[in-house]
Amino acid sequence: MRPSAARLLNILVPVKRTIDYAVKIRVNPDQKGVDLNVKHSMNPFDEIAVEEAVRLREKLKDQVKSIKLVTIGPAKAADTLRTGLAMGADSAIHVEIPDSAPPPEPLGVAKALRAIIEKQKDGVDLVILGKQAIDDDAGQTGQMLAGLLDWPQATFASKLVVDPAQKVANITQEIDGGLQEVKCKLPLIVTTDLRLNEPRYASLPNIMKAKKKPIEKLKPTDLGVDLAPRLETVKVAEPPKRQGGGKVESVDELIAKLKEAGVIGKN
Amino acid sequence: PHALVFLEHRGGVIDSGSLSALTAAEKLGGQVTGLIVGSQEEVQQVLPKAQKLKGLTSVLHASAPQYAPPLPEAVTPLLEKLLKDSPFTHVVSAHSASAKSLLPRVAARLDVPAVSDITSVEHDSSSNSTTFTRPIYAGNAIATVRAPSEIPLKFFTVRSTAFGAASADGSEVEAKSVDAVEVAKPGSEHVKTELTKSDRPELGAASRVVSGGRALKDAKTFNETLEPLADLLGAAIGASRAAVDAGYADNSLQVGQTGKVVAPELYIAIGISGAIQHLAGMKDSKLIVAINKDPDAPIFQVADAGLVADLFEAVPELVKKLKEQQ
Repeated sequence: MRPSAARLLNILVPVKRTIDYAVKIRVNPDQKGVDLNVKHSMNPFDEIAVEEAVRLREKLKDQVKSIKLVTIGPAKAADTLRTGLAMGADSAIHVEIPDSAPPPEPLGVAKALRAIIEKQKDGVDLVILGKQAIDDDAGQTGQMLAGLLDWPQATFASKLVVDPAQKVANITQEIDGGLQEVKCKLPLIVTTDLRLNEPRYASLPNIMKAKKKPIEKLKPTDLGVDLAPRLETVKVAEPPKRQGGGKVESVDELIAKLKEAGVIGKN
Repeated sequence: PHALVFLEHRGGVIDSGSLSALTAAEKLGGQVTGLIVGSQEEVQQVLPKAQKLKGLTSVLHASAPQYAPPLPEAVTPLLEKLLKDSPFTHVVSAHSASAKSLLPRVAARLDVPAVSDITSVEHDSSSNSTTFTRPIYAGNAIATVRAPSEIPLKFFTVRSTAFGAASADGSEVEAKSVDAVEVAKPGSEHVKTELTKSDRPELGAASRVVSGGRALKDAKTFNETLEPLADLLGAAIGASRAAVDAGYADNSLQVGQTGKVVAPELYIAIGISGAIQHLAGMKDSKLIVAINKDPDAPIFQVADAGLVADLFEAVPELVKKLKEQQ
């Protein structure tokens, strides 16, 4: 028996192009930002989000009707979408902003995502996104989107079990000092933590296939949102330099050093 | 300014992170109101303690079965009601899992941005603007951001290692009950909470951390080598991404850019080379000790006490000698 249309899941996965996690961050001498002429990749937590959507389809088969990616970023952010499409997403939306535009704040991004969700003909049942981006480290977008839509939210997910028939999901969340399980109604916002899964590497055939998958281009004005930051970034500075390089020659010297620092008893 | 500080609690005790958030709120230079939310029993237990926190000028409390635990979907309507057309100018909390889930949701409902994980705060009353510093790129850069007067309600979460804890010996301040805002059909319900039962302190809050890397060979060796030292020092155990990827340690123990960011009094890195991604998670530690047999390992560049040695000899010797001195 074919499931009725109401039971099919449409999943939206917002992703962000960030400086690759392994790149050494260099602050620009003008103290207005960091050197962006370095390798970029998909934000690692967003990669986990894409992987989770693809795994849901592998488990729920055709009960997952669509997996759509969305990114807000300059022209090059299209590469990030191709990465996600190669992992198994079906299609993507690119809200393109000029290279010179300041990075949008989480509230602006959440408003853009709300507008995108409202534009989807078949609706959205599940939004999966990273718990934070490793550039601004704000960790707010998912919660803000849930607030704007007045949807339930499950942050810092380390396990996600979706029941499309009942339109509910059980989520294990990483909280301080342990785990918490919540049961949420769909539509729902889930933010991913490190333990949720290990993202796959896209195979060459899938990378080739991804080149043919559709990417819809939009402008912020198409969505009726203003992405101008409301907080003012006064400066971006180097963190205080650490005076490292101290050496000890033996375990005895190490213990003496620990004592000197007051970390262990002086006896 | 008038700040509202979200005071979290567990088992009748106010979280230390909230005490640091209170210290940060005090720096705004105005009134500071604490907010306690929970079941009736929890609130009764915690309220007298909250009233004596130094730095608070008053305490608000709301209780309902729905607030234990305080899921964001249930607590958001209460905060919205409290904050709309209110005298409050700032909303403050720890950068804890629970508050991180709640504050941005409330901020979005009130159409204001939020500032995460701040390490300093300064309020200028004449321009009604607040300036913060906060780490970005996992602490590899420090951003100074200013919330101007156009943002009527300034939300921020506080990195607890950057502010001391407010003391509990203040004079008792006034407490006022506010009505719970009932959510008729909550979209989420709490199923269960499982706190890790460990005699070791929690990695994120520990004052001492012993971390291991790929050189520990396998999960068994990892535990057998690190546990005696961690036990002796009362330290939490951490791991590099390489050690986690190799399956020596659980993901929850990962220290680094994509794992936990820690800043303990003492960080001992054992068999960790010191990839950028790891350094980002621990370089704000007060005293860094590194034990590694490769003298060129980057970890030595940030270490205060680097010992070039075979960890399988040095660590047991360290444990033995520390024991002898006890």
